[in-house]
Amino acid sequence: MTVTEAPPASPAPAAPGPELRKQPVRRKLVPYWLLLPGVLWLLVFFALPMVYQASTSVQTGSLEQGFQVTWHFQTYWDALSEYYPQFLRSVLYAGTATVLCLMLGYPLAYLIAFRAGRWRNLLLVLVIAPFFTSFLIRTLAWKTILADGGPVVEVLNTVGFLDVTSWLGMTEGNRVLATPLAVVTGLTYNFLPFMILPLYTSLERIDPRLHEAAGDLYAKPSTVFRRVTFPLSMPGVVSGTLLTFIPASGDYVNAELLGSTDTRMVGNVIQSQFLRVLDYPTAAALSFILMAVVLIMVSVYIRRAGTEDLV
Amino acid sequence: MRWIRRNLVVIAGLLTLAYLILPNIIVMVFSFNKPAGRFNYSWREFSLDAWKDPCGVADMCDSLSLSLWIALWATVGATVLGSMIAFALVRYRFRARGAINSLIFLPMAMPEVVMAASLLTLFLNLGAELGATTILIAHTMFCLSFVVVAVKARVLSMDPRLEEAAKDLYAGPVQTFLRVTLPIAAPGIAAGAMLAFALSFDDFIITNFNSGNTVTFPMFVWGSAQRGTPVQINVIGTAMFAIAVIVVVAGQVISNRRKKTAAAK
Repeated sequence: MTVTEAPPASPAPAAPGPELRKQPVRRKLVPYWLLLPGVLWLLVFFALPMVYQASTSVQTGSLEQGFQVTWHFQTYWDALSEYYPQFLRSVLYAGTATVLCLMLGYPLAYLIAFRAGRWRNLLLVLVIAPFFTSFLIRTLAWKTILADGGPVVEVLNTVGFLDVTSWLGMTEGNRVLATPLAVVTGLTYNFLPFMILPLYTSLERIDPRLHEAAGDLYAKPSTVFRRVTFPLSMPGVVSGTLLTFIPASGDYVNAELLGSTDTRMVGNVIQSQFLRVLDYPTAAALSFILMAVVLIMVSVYIRRAGTEDLV
Repeated sequence: MRWIRRNLVVIAGLLTLAYLILPNIIVMVFSFNKPAGRFNYSWREFSLDAWKDPCGVADMCDSLSLSLWIALWATVGATVLGSMIAFALVRYRFRARGAINSLIFLPMAMPEVVMAASLLTLFLNLGAELGATTILIAHTMFCLSFVVVAVKARVLSMDPRLEEAAKDLYAGPVQTFLRVTLPIAAPGIAAGAMLAFALSFDDFIITNFNSGNTVTFPMFVWGSAQRGTPVQINVIGTAMFAIAVIVVVAGQVISNRRKKTAAAK
């Protein structure tokens, strides 16, 4: 899934030829010494924990008597059958938030890339700037914005938006807070910049003359967008959707702060099983299932979208 | 009507921008609030109290300085380790490149909660005491990949002929690295470091799992959502926002000036 971004035509930096063979052995070891500390860090604190987690997920026992590996795969089945609603909800909320991010983020990325002129840098700063206020503080601010009887809810109610979302099962009655809509709003908000920035990067690379050429060939603006701009921005769309969907699927902050017990996502379950219930095997199994689901969905999606050049 | 249709993209884009900025405005406005109860969720009356006494809440500024301290060291660790990996990946051909590339990609392609939980199982199994050290280890781990990507992008766009030229001018490998390679790679390294600092400072999920009883600033904010949110949280949020905007704008002004003087010459 990684790339060598160097254009194939350019000569390789260190041409592997006779000179390379003549070099002393010490020189050949240089990359390994460079890699060693960082890779070791990742192996010990990223890869090894996965092994420990896999082992934890097939253990049985209790906190008092200790846990032992008993290859108890039943935990997976039990975890799935008990918590599948939270799994479905996670995929549904994260998916909805990703689609919303794409719909909201695309116009802004397009505006910055093609229409902003000298305002471009300012707009980019404004996209990144919210990041500097801790995201938890900003998420708490949504509690104020979506408060019951607040101006936002009033307006949404008056224009009939809440009737539609109630019909869709996204809200209940005249409130937004503690409903799925609030959680999706928070998720969309939190991960929107992760959509906008890759979109902007890929849009910015498009030569505006292509738009002119399409216009000269009598393409309507909508056709230009559909046949030229959008296909060329696909790398940005793919990496943007991944950068929003993956973190959103494991998030539990928005569901906890803006939702209710009916909007709990799988992240909330993993968090409470690990830190409150202390049922480590179930928590580990859930976390493994989440990882598997995300990796499978991502690899299928990447294959479908046809972009292997990521990262 | 035609004007609206022509500028539809502009209008939609600005609406999205408003959606992005709105919570920051709320945070700013509510930093001047004088709430009645424990929670600062609804507007009562204007007050400068919180701004006069930003550290007036028990433990908040301790958590803030702990977060800054952890972010600083996590940034140093991740930047050094990550830059070394990036150089090795771009500049050398060796076996296991693919494997190492995936090892770097995977932490970014995994929901944070999965990484957080698996690290916790490691620490539990090793019997490690959870605290600032485990947070620091975890932060260095997840920031590393982002540094590698940022530095790699910059080193890839570097012209290797510059280094060859330095060698032709009889610069030794160390000299070449310090006088040519490092200065050119510096913006990428700086970008990676800034990203690492921001990610570490703001991290909640991984910290939540691996902090034990240690309270970083995000942990403090999280706890305050249950116990009561002091206005001072909004003061810190506003100050962070303001400082960041000032730094970015100042950077822009300086680089614009430089460009102008360079053009004048």
